[in-house]
Amino acid sequence: MSNIYLKYTLLFVFLILFQVLVLNNIQFSGYVNPYLYVLFILLLPFETPKWLLLILAFFLGFCVDIFTKTIGMNIAASVFMAFCRPAVIYLLSPKQDFEPGIRPCIRDLGFMWFFAYSLILILLHHLVLFYIEVFRFSEFFSTLYKVTISTAFTLVLVILSQYLFYNLKKT
Amino acid sequence: MRHLLAFLLKHYFILLFILLEVFAFSLIINNNYYHNSVILNSTNHITGSILNTFNNISEYFSLKHVNKELAEENARLHSLSEKSFLKTDTNFLYKDTLYKFISAKVINNSTNKKNNYLMLNKGIKHGIKADMGVICSNGIVGIVISASENYCSVMSLLHKNAKISAKIKKNNQLVNVVWNNINYKIGTIEDIPTQIYIHYGDTIITSGHSFIFPEGILIGTVKIYLTEEGESMNKALIDFSTDFNSLHYVYIIDNLMKDEQLNLEEIIEYE
Repeated sequence: MSNIYLKYTLLFVFLILFQVLVLNNIQFSGYVNPYLYVLFILLLPFETPKWLLLILAFFLGFCVDIFTKTIGMNIAASVFMAFCRPAVIYLLSPKQDFEPGIRPCIRDLGFMWFFAYSLILILLHHLVLFYIEVFRFSEFFSTLYKVTISTAFTLVLVILSQYLFYNLKKT
Repeated sequence: MRHLLAFLLKHYFILLFILLEVFAFSLIINNNYYHNSVILNSTNHITGSILNTFNNISEYFSLKHVNKELAEENARLHSLSEKSFLKTDTNFLYKDTLYKFISAKVINNSTNKKNNYLMLNKGIKHGIKADMGVICSNGIVGIVISASENYCSVMSLLHKNAKISAKIKKNNQLVNVVWNNINYKIGTIEDIPTQIYIHYGDTIITSGHSFIFPEGILIGTVKIYLTEEGESMNKALIDFSTDFNSLHYVYIIDNLMKDEQLNLEEIIEYE
């Protein structure tokens, strides 16, 4: 059991470092800014208590925020995403109880399920994050464009990471 | 009580979510300068008209004092005007305006908070933009941070982010003026090189290096010189020449050459 805590702690640290050291420095044409750190919320086990989900999302957002000096923005977005997660899971597979060993990943639930699950949650996260960042509706469509492009990019990275660490997860 | 507890337990997920989001938003608004100014900007419109009405009434009570202030200001301007100088050679009189002064009335002001703001009754309509300087007849007041149609918000010198480039009048040494939150009468000058000695009563004026304020506007006079062993820079406390608690009419300074100056600076930075 302690093995799983260790694994998620390492994932948490790795994702934050990767986000702030690598991804935050990538900005193609000023529009694309992938936020891979949300992968942590996506991958949490199904049986995670709901309150822990919110608290973890809060700390995840907080850690990213203190590095990017945008205190609060990533917190608001990731907490919102964590709040939506149970509903999205219910939407995608209603009345299905997952067995204890099953995780939300491609290996356990298939590509289509994971794709839809990630797409919805990443889109929600990015919508909140980018609209908080501009903080006004006058630039509605240019922000929407940013959200779309960045969502696509984050999604590609999330799917890619699934295949990259496929074998690691199997052991 | 039991019902309340049961209710809280039943809906703890959504309540915790709301609590965390409210906390996140308060963090956003308090820590991000841009979001803060957007909130200020949109509330400006509403609070501005209310405060304006109130101010119109309360204005009558200070008319005498304001009149006196204006008369003094007039006298000073007369003494500065062209006709008060002896013209020896009119051929070399070069006229090109660098700074434009727009007078405005203070309709809201605070001095007792950690970060103080003023609201003036001039806005975009009158050509006010962010980053313009604000002075009064006694000295400097602050910097415009946002403007709506008819009003603008000014970050007072009494603000933790306010840092004014200044110099000591007698020897032109550059220093920075900040506010240390003691009270509205006292400011601090930082970054005084240790080899410079300053004394009680030395005048501190704006340096004119920031493109916001013209050179030579009075900021205050030195009150106490603070030296610390082993520090490379000393500090001093100053008395502000502006009485922030009784501001009525102020002048907003529009630097007409600012864009040109900033462009030039950018070119230098790129090279």
